[in-house]
Amino acid sequence: MAELHVSAPTPRTALLLDPLRRFFDGDIWASFKRSPVTIAAAIVTLLYFTMALFGPWIAPYDPFDLAKLDLLDSLLPPVWTADGDPRYLLGTDDQGRDMLSAIIYGSRVSLLIGFASVLLSMGLGIGLGLVSGFVGGAIDAFIMRIAEIQLSFPAILVALLINGVVIGYFKTHPEWQVDQVTLAYIVLVLSIGLSNWVQYARTVRGSTLVERGKEYVQAARVIGIHPAKIMVRHILPNVMGPVLVIATIQLALAVITEATLSFLGVGVPPTEPSLGTLIRVGNDYLFSGEWWVTIFPGAALAILVLAVNLLGDWLRDALNPKLR
Amino acid sequence: MVAFIIRRLIQSLFVMFIVALVSFAMFQFIGDPVNQMVGIETSLAERAALRERLGLNDPIVLQFWHYIVNAVSGDFGISYQHKRPVAQMLLERLPATLELSAVSALLSLIVGIPMGVYTGLNRDGFLAKIFLTVSLIGISLPTFLIGILLIFVFSVTLANIAPIPVFGLFAIDLSVLQLPSFGRGTTVDLGGWRTGLLTTDGLKALIMPSITLGLFQLTLIMRLVRSEMLEVLRTDYIKFARARGLSNRAVHFGHALKNTLVPVITITGLQIGSLIAFAIITETVFQWPGMGQMFLQAVQNVDIPIMAAYLMLIAFFFVIINLVVDMLYYVVDPRLRVDTGKVSGHG
Repeated sequence: MAELHVSAPTPRTALLLDPLRRFFDGDIWASFKRSPVTIAAAIVTLLYFTMALFGPWIAPYDPFDLAKLDLLDSLLPPVWTADGDPRYLLGTDDQGRDMLSAIIYGSRVSLLIGFASVLLSMGLGIGLGLVSGFVGGAIDAFIMRIAEIQLSFPAILVALLINGVVIGYFKTHPEWQVDQVTLAYIVLVLSIGLSNWVQYARTVRGSTLVERGKEYVQAARVIGIHPAKIMVRHILPNVMGPVLVIATIQLALAVITEATLSFLGVGVPPTEPSLGTLIRVGNDYLFSGEWWVTIFPGAALAILVLAVNLLGDWLRDALNPKLR
Repeated sequence: MVAFIIRRLIQSLFVMFIVALVSFAMFQFIGDPVNQMVGIETSLAERAALRERLGLNDPIVLQFWHYIVNAVSGDFGISYQHKRPVAQMLLERLPATLELSAVSALLSLIVGIPMGVYTGLNRDGFLAKIFLTVSLIGISLPTFLIGILLIFVFSVTLANIAPIPVFGLFAIDLSVLQLPSFGRGTTVDLGGWRTGLLTTDGLKALIMPSITLGLFQLTLIMRLVRSEMLEVLRTDYIKFARARGLSNRAVHFGHALKNTLVPVITITGLQIGSLIAFAIITETVFQWPGMGQMFLQAVQNVDIPIMAAYLMLIAFFFVIINLVVDMLYYVVDPRLRVDTGKVSGHG
């Protein structure tokens, strides 16, 4: 067998195809194929991602372009109702904005902030977790104590507090020249990112404690590799599995938190709405009978979160060797 | 037991100290509080006098010490926006939030535990599967969306629905099911505690907010009780109880359910704190005049004294609840009592 491999020169494409083939032959793909719910969730999630990436080319109108809005078109119901206008599939909001386009752009904003804050909390959590687990001692005790205290507060409360402080900081420091929308993005990513790092840190610390005692780490230490390099190049790749699971579930959580903050009025401003802002704006029209302005963005949010949650659940089970 | 309580008390004090440090640090972030408190036309001399009076010229450690001493004696400073003592404002709104959180917690226990027992006993039952699916959706929906949907169904749709005629004999008027969607309804003042629990109006106003707030916890408790029941029903002592010929009822409720209670108490305890915090969202949706609504307004207006005081108050609740939960373990689980008896006997 070994001779065969040596005699046949490896074609370049094999380098690319082999990991792919291994993936499709592997357990994860097998468990994916077996679960129709997961496949559906994956398709829905992919649809949302495509919608977010190519929003401007897919959406029938540009909802951010205030010049194109016509107030005469405001609050039109969806197409299938008696007063529906064929130009607007899901109706329009109070500004005459096409709801479908607003939802596509809103998902884009929601997912952008969601991804950015997941990246922030992931980076922070992995860094602190690695240091905590690898260095140990007083630094470990300090980081973990902070983590415990923060964990005992709900993330939404921490996010609101950080939100208030960061807004206050920018208000009293006018030397930072930022416009309202950029400020909202920064505030949201900071508050959601900083309120969710604990889970990563605890998981990474746990796995790092296990990996630290293994022979390959000791070998790396003996030949004099810098501790920082050992952490990043040797330990990190071996603790990434659970981190990916957390990141998937946290993406759903980040999208929910963003929507909640925007709904509470401390998130994205209505000029460039996210899904949460759309629901907030639409909520004012619920009582006057214009239900589509809030129910459609709400449904879009619920479906997105449900799909990502289902994917996360599946990934957790698929990567857990005990359940195989 | 005493040593354990003392150790927990010291830990709690440490947590409160850290939280106080964070609350105090928030003031430093926003720059000069004097600017927040005075108008443009205040002269420099008046500003300086105010600075001196507020103790802002003292060393920072001394300021922190004053802050803690004041907080312990119930003085959280004056709201920047409302120019009123923060402690007084919080106290006025405390009953609304506590009533809402307590009713939600009660609701989630009363409905969640039986549903958990049922789904645990009838694993493959049709109804059990429906419960589980609905609970998955309940977990995925954000709190505020649940509230909006409830308002949409019970306050908007039911209000506009025409009476449905039945065989031309009589008509079912669904609009009597309509529920109020904002405020607390009529409240009664019981010596400084305004309660909505004593009037039909107030109780009606509680229905939708408490369902919105309690739904997440309800699903959590249901799933917890279910998985614990499944675990316990497999154990030997359950088989033994059945072998002794005990009735199903005695086995399920006397033996099995009792042993699922420890995790339920833990989660409920931990969740009461989150309920109070998540009330921020519910109170906004239903315009419920509680502390959460006030906190949210404080966040929007960067009213740091209110934010800091709210944070400390919530932390205080968390710490107290955790202490109570730890002590409840001893009441519920006799094994713990025996274990600590042994440990203290050795030591």
